[in-house]
Amino acid sequence: MTKTYPKASRPSLDNVSVSIEKGEFVFFIGPSGSGKSTIIKMLLHEVTPNKGRVIVNGKDVTSMRSWKRPHFRRSIGCVFQDFRLLPNRTAYENVAFALEVIGKTKAVARRVVPEVLELVGLGGKEHRYPHELSGGEQQRVAVARAFVNRPLILLADEPTGNLDPDTSIEIMRLLDRINRTGTTVVMVTHDSNIVNQMRRRVIEIESGRIVRDQARGVYG
Amino acid sequence: MRMKYVLSEVLVGLWRNVTMTIAMIITMAVSLFMLGGSGLLYQKVGDMKDLYYENVEVSIFLKTDVNDQQRTDLQTKLEADPLIKEVTYVDKTEAYKRFQQMYADAPDLVNAVKPDQLPESFRLTLNNPEQYKNIYDEYKASEGIDTIVDQSKLLDKVFGVLTGFQNGALAIAIVMAIAALLLVANTIQVAAYSKRREVAVMKLVGASNWFIQAPFVLEAVVAGLIGSILGLIALITLKTVAAGSSMAALEGLITPISWSEIFLTFPLMAAVGGLVSAVTAWVTLRFYLRV
Repeated sequence: MTKTYPKASRPSLDNVSVSIEKGEFVFFIGPSGSGKSTIIKMLLHEVTPNKGRVIVNGKDVTSMRSWKRPHFRRSIGCVFQDFRLLPNRTAYENVAFALEVIGKTKAVARRVVPEVLELVGLGGKEHRYPHELSGGEQQRVAVARAFVNRPLILLADEPTGNLDPDTSIEIMRLLDRINRTGTTVVMVTHDSNIVNQMRRRVIEIESGRIVRDQARGVYG
Repeated sequence: MRMKYVLSEVLVGLWRNVTMTIAMIITMAVSLFMLGGSGLLYQKVGDMKDLYYENVEVSIFLKTDVNDQQRTDLQTKLEADPLIKEVTYVDKTEAYKRFQQMYADAPDLVNAVKPDQLPESFRLTLNNPEQYKNIYDEYKASEGIDTIVDQSKLLDKVFGVLTGFQNGALAIAIVMAIAALLLVANTIQVAAYSKRREVAVMKLVGASNWFIQAPFVLEAVVAGLIGSILGLIALITLKTVAAGSSMAALEGLITPISWSEIFLTFPLMAAVGGLVSAVTAWVTLRFYLRV
């Protein structure tokens, strides 16, 4: 597929073709502006390609009407570099909020949220506010929020970008554990240490083109 | 649960930006008050036209030196005229009685005027008040006639003034509605900005569009409804105050506005207030949140 943003001199993605299987763990690497984030945005149906098709969970996202987008998003979890937590809500409330706004009852939240917070290693810290948690712990809350709805795909856009190396490795262990439950994990990163340690599929992008696609790859 | 969430968000939203909310409600109330008022006036003018034109009279005043022959001729001709429903002859004594009644408050004036000084007249009720012109052309040259006075001419002036009031109220209603509209748009933008983090998370996790929009739209609708209630209270106050003041003197002239008529304008005001707010809020969100 190809994506050219209006007013851009060259395409952000140029004839890129990638297939990711269910249950895979994939790293997208490459310098800033190479088009990695555009891929994430396309998977989320935030942007549509000018040419080609994007198929997620067997559905053609390219031709999807925008009113169907909310329901589609429920099958994808998202984690970002800046956590994007609500500062006036506790860890529990942040995760429960994601459930409640898609129509789940408080009773469901009471059952599911402590479970997922336990899974990400935040048992006992449910009632802390984001400013009372460390960066790594905040990112765990974000991962819990992304995973609480048991999505088929977890998208992580530089999830370790704001974290120190040790904490980053803990977050990666967590993503690995989530991957082992059958969830496809797609991660965009600059962190060579992590890529080298994990030894998973690596897709390198440069100037909108795929220059390398390697199973059990390293940062290079 | 979701309803409870939406409602609590509405209250929080209205309270967070309370000065703007008040400004929005006041403009809305004034606009709807003017709209309700002009609606009532429109009804009243219709009612009064029916009532007054029905009873309108054309008066033919005779010269003081009119002789019996001229008077009898005129009366015969008038009674035979197909345009005229009824002819009443008012002689000097009768005219004086009416004059005494009319100016009962001013005995000096009544004492100064003698029955002789008042003209005799024929009072005509027409089958169709609008055919006054034909009557006028037919009789203006008859002998012994001083002037022909058409009451509907006077009524036209009165109704002209009332219609003017009505149009003025409508114009103010429209101008205030535009101001209210812009305030709603601004309030919704501020509300959406202060909740931008929540909205971003909701979009991310796949909350449906209506669920994201509902608190904002309802916030505007609630303000619109409060505005329409205040507008209704203003109309009620106006009626109460008018009934006890100098306006009461006009009671005989203007058909009184009943309570039921005032309360019946409320659904109109509430519907306009609620609908305008909802549509404005929704359109604002489309542009501002892109949901």
